[in-house]
Amino acid sequence: MEVTDASTTPEGSTEEPEERSFGSLLRATEIDTRLLGMLAALLVIWVSFHIWSGGTFLTPRNLWNLSVQTSAVAIMATGMVLVIVSRNIDLSVGSMLAVIGMAMALLQAEILPDWLGFDHPLTWVIALLAGIALGAALGAFQGFIVAYVGVPSFIVTLGGLLVWRGVAWAMASGRTIAPMDSTFQLLGGGSRGNIGALWSWVIGIVACAGIIVLLVSGRRQRIKFGFKLRPLWAEIMLGVIGCGVVLGAIGYLNRYFLPEQVARQRLEAAGETVPPEGVEIAFGLANPVLIAIGVALVVTFIATRIRFGRYVFAIGGNPEAAELGGIKTKLTIVKTFALMGILVAIGAAVQVARLNAAVSGLGQLTELYVIAAAVIGGTSLAGGVGTIPGAVLGALVMQSLQSGMVLVGVDAPLQDIAVGVVLVLAVAIDSFYRRRSA
Amino acid sequence: MKLWTKLLALLAVFVLVVAACGGDDDDAADTTAAEGGGDTTEAPAGGDDELIVGVSWNNYNEERWAKSDEPAIKAALEAGGATYISTDAGSSAEQQLADVEQLISQGADALIILAQDGTAILPAVQSALEQGVPVIAYDRLIEDPGALYITFDNVEVGRMQARVIFDLVPEGNYVFIKGNQADANADFLRGGQQEILQEAVDSGAIVNVGESYTDNWDPAVAQTNMEQFLTQNNNEVDAVVASNDGMAGGVVEALRAQGLAGIVPVSGQDGDAAALNRVALGEQAVSVWKDARELGKAAGEAAVALASGSALGDVSGVVIFDSPGGNSMTSILLAPIPITQDNLNVVLEAGWIDEATLCQNVPAGSVAGCP
Repeated sequence: MEVTDASTTPEGSTEEPEERSFGSLLRATEIDTRLLGMLAALLVIWVSFHIWSGGTFLTPRNLWNLSVQTSAVAIMATGMVLVIVSRNIDLSVGSMLAVIGMAMALLQAEILPDWLGFDHPLTWVIALLAGIALGAALGAFQGFIVAYVGVPSFIVTLGGLLVWRGVAWAMASGRTIAPMDSTFQLLGGGSRGNIGALWSWVIGIVACAGIIVLLVSGRRQRIKFGFKLRPLWAEIMLGVIGCGVVLGAIGYLNRYFLPEQVARQRLEAAGETVPPEGVEIAFGLANPVLIAIGVALVVTFIATRIRFGRYVFAIGGNPEAAELGGIKTKLTIVKTFALMGILVAIGAAVQVARLNAAVSGLGQLTELYVIAAAVIGGTSLAGGVGTIPGAVLGALVMQSLQSGMVLVGVDAPLQDIAVGVVLVLAVAIDSFYRRRSA
Repeated sequence: MKLWTKLLALLAVFVLVVAACGGDDDDAADTTAAEGGGDTTEAPAGGDDELIVGVSWNNYNEERWAKSDEPAIKAALEAGGATYISTDAGSSAEQQLADVEQLISQGADALIILAQDGTAILPAVQSALEQGVPVIAYDRLIEDPGALYITFDNVEVGRMQARVIFDLVPEGNYVFIKGNQADANADFLRGGQQEILQEAVDSGAIVNVGESYTDNWDPAVAQTNMEQFLTQNNNEVDAVVASNDGMAGGVVEALRAQGLAGIVPVSGQDGDAAALNRVALGEQAVSVWKDARELGKAAGEAAVALASGSALGDVSGVVIFDSPGGNSMTSILLAPIPITQDNLNVVLEAGWIDEATLCQNVPAGSVAGCP
């Protein structure tokens, strides 16, 4: 998405002469065509499932489900992009999710209540921060062994996959820890964990304003440094489409209303009278979705605007050159794994809050879904290439397939087959496309 | 730097070793197993007149065996005047073959085998039977009609789940959350459920509006699947037959998001603490409980009987079970207990769960068994 190859023109800023073809139109808007291809694929999947499920898939309710079901994997996939870009891999995320989830659950269900009592307002903050600290520590520890001891990340995290799973079991001897703190549960969505229609619109308008500010400031910067400009119509079109998609999505999701009983209970609890014809209270965006969007924005910022992020891409492109260029490659690797650990902790919080329980089997196979999301999203296992929005889209593609197949009644073994085929197909198409465009 | 590296390598090795032994009370036993020697005995080979019963665990690291099964077996053997010796195969089918040989050579008069792999263990079982040592297949099936099979009746568990739900919801839309497709128990359970519901399904009173296997019995997967079934049926689901307690937990959370927790009955099994709490709260209709101590006791008593020379068919409580492999197995099938709000006192009195855990958040006086 960022323009890295913009060439300066000697006479200063100019607008490109307009051409009339779809390809040149795309070039003028400088949209990442791979991302566009993924969006198209997603749309095909959605429409196919919609028809196949007899009109259920594209309902506001199912899309809302989908957004919540995708969040945990999407959160972790953003970190996996950086790990894979730096020519490493993290196979331990599923097991780490179990350990951190178990730690947060034990803390809020068994340890903190002894000190603070049940449902103390600080419980969720302490549990979450402790989980994040633990995630950072576990990640940094694995990163340290990779970078400073020189054990390949595949082996270190394969060890982690086994060790952390065992640790998660030992922490509670295989028991299920439930229920969670009532505030902590809000992190997982459900009928309480969302922000309602009004705030969803506020978020949408802020996002829309953000898009416009980015476009305007981007154009200013280009004028300032004399870079090639997008044609004005392309800028306006990007703004309109961006805002339209954001506001349209929120308007559509806001048409998913709380179930009758829940809405009644809520009104009665607030001391209002329930009209006889019933009430329509919209869910609005769910908390885990907001967390995922926030994480994606922050990690995108880290990856593209912060020195650390540029270093990660430099190391992935050519580790020797990066080292000779004065980058502290080892420290950078440790940091990528620590960041991965933090994101696993956030994913674990969402997962545990959503399930309202922690079990030692939590997150089995999650590492594979996270890696698959990053790879479907265009992250190259050879390193150096990958985008955060791509990974989020990858997660959405995977979850769409799974949720869609449950909706139309395809059973688990066939689901696994379909997801596996799509994974290989996506990467095959991608590498074919890359060879052609190279 | 170099010192650091060495220290770290040491630490890593230490962590791995600890992890390998973690959760086991019997560290010494585990270490010898890891070294390849394989076997430990808790008593030396006994004298000629004393009965010895050998127990071959497939993986003693799982909490259940040490906490519930082994003490019950030991107590039953003691009561019958027999000595207990054991080995742990550490989840290795090959190791378990050697373990069984070892137990026989130590003079075991009867064997209790918790098989890692019910087929791979066959040569050892056959060799034991040829040497006149009776074999008990403990909890997991060994496909040899010469062995005595002792387990909880999984088909019966499925029947109990369906019975409770069917009593509450004699007609309506049913969802079935099944276990892992690779696990034969998932289909035993589903089969038992179907037996009870078949008639109502045929008459159209019960409509199956959603049915799915669940990868690894994973509660999170069960939750996602339940959300999709609710979406697909526009919340018109009247009952959920979930095959175990973990998945029932995921189902209840999916129902809660729609304000249906406590309204739509859900089944489960295992007697998990969290599930029993849900039963007390009224969010789960039933958790079928298999008391592992009963299993251990039955196996211990049967082992003493067999070691003293009684024939398979003469052991008390045996029935014939037609196995999936086509064998007519002489079996003891223990009946599990369905725990509902009406009999919570059973798990309390058995010491399976304490009152505080069982009754957490339960309004005072709302349920018998809770204060």
